[in-house]
Amino acid sequence: MFELLGIPPQALFGQLLLGLINGSFYALLSLGLAVIFGLLNIINFTHGAQYMMGAFVAWMLLNYLGINYWAALVLAPVIVGITGVIIERLLISRLYHLDHLYGLLLTFGLALVIQGLFRNEYGISGLPYQIPPQLSGGMNLGFMFLPNYRGWVVAVSLVVCLATWFVIEKTRLGAYLRAATENPTLVGAFGINVPRLITLTYGFGVALAAFAGVLAAPIYSVNPNMGADLIIVVFAVVVIGGMGSILGSIITGFGLGLIEGLTRVFYPEGSAVVIFVIMAIVLLVKPAGLFGRAA
Amino acid sequence: MTRIRNFTLAAVAATLLSGTALAETSVKIGVLNDRSGVYADLSGEGSVVAAQMAVEDFNAAEKGITVEIVSADHQNKPDVASTIARQWYDQDGVDVIVDVPTSSAALAVNDITREKNKVFINSGAGTADLTGPQCSPNTVHWTYDTWALAHGTGSAMVEAGHKKWFFLTADYAFGQALERDTTAVVEAAGGEVVGTVRHPFPGSDFSSFLLQAQSSGADVIGLANAGGDTINSIKQASEFGITQGGQAIAGLLVFLTDIHALGLETAQGLVLTESFYWDQNDGTREWSKRFAEKHDGDMPTMVQAGVYAGVLHYLKAVEATGGKDPTAVMAKMKEMPTEDELFGQGTIREDGRKIHDMYLFRVKTPDQSQGPWDYYEQVATIPADQAFRPLNEGNCPLVQ
Amino acid sequence: MMAAETRNARTEVAAPALTAPAGAMGMPRHHLLIFVGLLALGLIGPFVLYPVFLMKVMCFALFACAFNLLLGYGGLLSFGHAAYFGSASYVSAYAAKAWGLTPELAILLGTATAAVLGLVFGALAIRRQGIYFAMVTLAFAQMVYFFSVQAPFTGGEDGIQSVPRGHLFGLIDLGPDRSLYFLVLAITFFGLLLIYRIIHSPFGQVLKAIRDNEPRSVSLGYRTNQYKLAVFVLSATLAGLAGATKALVFQLASLTDVYWTMSGEVVLMTLLGGMGTVFGPIVGAAVVVGMQNYLATLGAWVTIIQGVIFVVSVLLFREGIIGVLGRWLKKPL
Repeated sequence: MFELLGIPPQALFGQLLLGLINGSFYALLSLGLAVIFGLLNIINFTHGAQYMMGAFVAWMLLNYLGINYWAALVLAPVIVGITGVIIERLLISRLYHLDHLYGLLLTFGLALVIQGLFRNEYGISGLPYQIPPQLSGGMNLGFMFLPNYRGWVVAVSLVVCLATWFVIEKTRLGAYLRAATENPTLVGAFGINVPRLITLTYGFGVALAAFAGVLAAPIYSVNPNMGADLIIVVFAVVVIGGMGSILGSIITGFGLGLIEGLTRVFYPEGSAVVIFVIMAIVLLVKPAGLFGRAA
Repeated sequence: MTRIRNFTLAAVAATLLSGTALAETSVKIGVLNDRSGVYADLSGEGSVVAAQMAVEDFNAAEKGITVEIVSADHQNKPDVASTIARQWYDQDGVDVIVDVPTSSAALAVNDITREKNKVFINSGAGTADLTGPQCSPNTVHWTYDTWALAHGTGSAMVEAGHKKWFFLTADYAFGQALERDTTAVVEAAGGEVVGTVRHPFPGSDFSSFLLQAQSSGADVIGLANAGGDTINSIKQASEFGITQGGQAIAGLLVFLTDIHALGLETAQGLVLTESFYWDQNDGTREWSKRFAEKHDGDMPTMVQAGVYAGVLHYLKAVEATGGKDPTAVMAKMKEMPTEDELFGQGTIREDGRKIHDMYLFRVKTPDQSQGPWDYYEQVATIPADQAFRPLNEGNCPLVQ
Repeated sequence: MMAAETRNARTEVAAPALTAPAGAMGMPRHHLLIFVGLLALGLIGPFVLYPVFLMKVMCFALFACAFNLLLGYGGLLSFGHAAYFGSASYVSAYAAKAWGLTPELAILLGTATAAVLGLVFGALAIRRQGIYFAMVTLAFAQMVYFFSVQAPFTGGEDGIQSVPRGHLFGLIDLGPDRSLYFLVLAITFFGLLLIYRIIHSPFGQVLKAIRDNEPRSVSLGYRTNQYKLAVFVLSATLAGLAGATKALVFQLASLTDVYWTMSGEVVLMTLLGGMGTVFGPIVGAAVVVGMQNYLATLGAWVTIIQGVIFVVSVLLFREGIIGVLGRWLKKPL
């Protein structure tokens, strides 16, 4: 049996698979950011808070209404998506004529408010959310013990990411969306309600974040700060990938998850910063990002 | 900044009614802890309740001592803690600060208390430096410290046959210290450390590190981390079937409220060291029942118990010296043996270390548990003379 | 793409500055009056209010003004200014405690660290514009945060505590709050006047031109990247000066100083006070620090209130307190 840099290949496969799981969250979140950015031209700083809301809504559905994980997987994104629609209509839509930086500041403020409210109500130590019974336990893959739930996370996020890519790149609705990104006035002239398209897009991006939140709830503890630090990493992911392409943000998300996974094996102390270091390198070599169009 | 309890009025009224007031002394106690963060459940409002109970049980009013309790949230940040402590001592006339979880905040308050010559009774923080290199004539460290936890858990696990250790360590000063202390114990007891992985702090995903621990062939995985990191590590260890695979998990800094948050399903089998558990004897049960009635039915943690016992002992010293001069009160506190329902009899050492028994607990399985808050079974008692770091090993300048 | 209505509006407000009656040092008279008024307040302050609180306000006022130099005049929104504030605070605390440097040297060393860090991060960050710039600076600051958690010399979560205040030039004991207070007052005023000078120099005029229309400035022959980098470094350096001073005031450098919430707070101070105004950030800092101090009992509500102020400021109050005041008085402040 050979060893790669002192690590048996089995262990390495295991770690790569785990990296892919983290990559799923990066991909789902950066995809949502990219979709929102594409049409609204704002960076949604509230994204992390909305991811957290997804997990909390799943928890509330279970504990207040007895609604199980599977229903929550659909309901929570819808509910959080609706709050997103309200936020877009009431607040964000007032800023479209201004510098995009105001959108960033507004959504940052919203994130503080949302996180603060949840912290007030539920404290910060985290609430338990059990893995659904259908997915408890795990499989022995020979090279590692893979909990069924983690396998499910990778599979379902891949499906959702690819479905989103398909809708945007290959369907009529997606074509309207892409057209509205390029030239909203012209698309409006063709009789398409662009403001509504924008609102729904925001709602959809937010729903993606909430979906990631529900997926995360059984793995990480449900707590008000769960999105705050994650979103900064996702920002770095977005800078590395560039937000020009949907597929690009999916690939970057999964890819960086893998790289981070490898760092955890070879140099665990550096695993927190590896994505930021890659970001610095990409900025030096290709400032527009790996998949970005030059501004 | 401070929340003033309507204790003064009650106490004054009681004094007037009883008419047996001796020398009138008024004392202001500041409960400084985490009221919104990860340690809010184990200290927080519960510590204020505990301090109030101490004042009531001591019958302060009848003894001519007026007590006012104020409280504030230090958010687990040393800068916030030091600002509040300065302001309390400089402007608000606070005489004694109690609780202060989070080592960094506790060290900050320790310094300021010494500078202003007041009294600091710490219950919530772990760092053994408070009675080591940073020891202060104005500080008492009541409930536990990292040395005691590392020794309790480390030696007991090795004795139970778990000789090979793998550490999951939070990569910062605190986690490294915890790992270092435990390693020393494990090796002294004849065990060995087969591996260590330093995880970023704070982390959320520990699966990769746990997988490394799993494949290391260790008997026990020591969690040299705290708060949310520990909770997440335990949760994910259960997900990856680590305990079912025959490896034990040892939490080096885990509290009753953490177990409550995790649930027995996830936390079962975990071994940990604490200095107090509500269901130990009639005295602790009676007190804890009264506590729970005042605190939404939640049982007290050892930190809250320590606040109670610390305030009680302080008030006894104030009564005995007939005043609140910090130097005299501190001398009296160290001279008098301590006695309360919760920790039994004990002493306060020269370096400020409160000495009492520590206990090793194992978390029950869901089947063993009789109901809410029935979480621990006692595995061993670590006698007071072995529970804490020997006086001459702490490098405390007061001792030499 | 950067030029938006509000920015143009603000420039129009700023324009009359050139024609306002000039006092000493080429300063419009009302600016001079305000500076003198602030100095008078600063001198009386410690005899009325708690000096430690006032020193905190001053450090943050300087921090916010340094940030405003970049945002208000350079048009660059950095979401990672805590990196410079915090790293300077760590270095000066370490220098004073471990090496026993005198306070002025410790502060200088901390400030220099921030300058170097600003140069490195700035050179990378200015390769992207707008929101990307904000995200890049945020990511770099998070990197500094993780470094501060892990590095042995920062003390991790404990931070660097009981930093000696020392003797200024080896002579004047800064232990008592009052004597340190006047040093902090002097440093803050030095910083404010320096920023004022930068804004009103030819360099400052070019900056404003770049802020309002970068392509045009390029076509006029300005190397806009060099200007942007210069203002980034200046801003980081002055933020470092504020952070280094803060470390001596509280005798503590901690993770709070490098965390993203600190970056957010300085944005809030500037936004609330009025970005692109000379005195706005000072007012914003006083309001935010005061709020944190007097509302601390409310716990998590402080964060919520800060968030609400953010939202309200962005939606209804983009000129900030001083911006609105300046409009009423018809004088740029």
